[in-house]
Amino acid sequence: MSEVIVVTSGKGGVGKTTTSANIGTGLAILGKRTVMIDTDIGLRNLDVVMGLENRIVYNLVDVVEGNCRMKQALIRDKRYPNLYLLPSAQTRDKSAVNPEQMMKLVEDLQDDFDYILLDCPAGIEQGFRNAVAGADRALVVTTPEVSAIRDADRIIGLLDAGQMRSIHLIVNRVRHDMVRRGDMMSVDDVMDILAVPLIGAIPDDEAIVISTNQGEPLAGTDTAAGQAFLDICRRLLGEDVPLTLPNVSYGLLGRLAGLLKRA
Amino acid sequence: MKDRRTAVLRKKRSGAIAARRLKFLLTADQTGIPPEVLAMLRDDICRVISRYMDVDASGMELRVRYSHGELSGEDSADRSAVLCTAIPVRNLRLKGIIT
Repeated sequence: MSEVIVVTSGKGGVGKTTTSANIGTGLAILGKRTVMIDTDIGLRNLDVVMGLENRIVYNLVDVVEGNCRMKQALIRDKRYPNLYLLPSAQTRDKSAVNPEQMMKLVEDLQDDFDYILLDCPAGIEQGFRNAVAGADRALVVTTPEVSAIRDADRIIGLLDAGQMRSIHLIVNRVRHDMVRRGDMMSVDDVMDILAVPLIGAIPDDEAIVISTNQGEPLAGTDTAAGQAFLDICRRLLGEDVPLTLPNVSYGLLGRLAGLLKRA
Repeated sequence: MKDRRTAVLRKKRSGAIAARRLKFLLTADQTGIPPEVLAMLRDDICRVISRYMDVDASGMELRVRYSHGELSGEDSADRSAVLCTAIPVRNLRLKGIIT
């Protein structure tokens, strides 16, 4: 049996898809058979972030409607053993799939994978309901901003009401320098406000932009964000990885300090 | 430049402002009480307390916490709400109204 994890946020643009791509990649790096499902029907993106956009033949809706077999729609990521993507449809909309069909889809993948990762669309409408329907646990992504946290709170309320068994928080795009001078809410502030356990914080790292440009996830690479994502994956596997606050070094001095700290 | 720096120093840091706005907003969201009404409630509570001691109204927090009853597993309707407020006190000495 696999564990089904939904990555959700409420607000758009906080890094759900990037988080899904990197957690999927990280789990595969750690040796887990992983499939990522892009549930954002009509606005597919996970394929692009993964750099797999040119290999799509069939999609999630094709599988649900029986136009193809599951095996035909799954894209194997040649860079990582055990990593697969089920892309979304670009020409349809959220109403093409209902929660029951999504649960059936997830069920069909249970035997072949250790982890099934669902990248949820923004919003709280049908797309969200589809994505969370078959999930065992939820990762709520937010950034340290008033609007994103407000939406995360709403999502947490909905997940609670829907009996989601496990909910964890990921605080994305933390700027350590801004937190230090008091111009950004700290991870502690966010945790205090949302009252959901934290599974990791991701520093605002320009390596993410570069990685997305190239279509190459950075989980596991020697970057601050890459390490933070891999740490989250380890925690998902049940490893006890201490929660350290992300510390991206901006500039040479910071980088040196980072090196010294790591040594 | 110098003017700007002193202005920044005088103002509360934006991170703290964000946290305070957010807490207030979430209380309004969660209770369904309109922010305007919630602000009136907050100001009224402050006014009453400040009859007795010197408080910092701008630092006041108002939150709703839910305590789940013992049988609450299935139904979220039987959770009870608690209104929590924290008000920073500038001076704990009671004002001279007690005879």
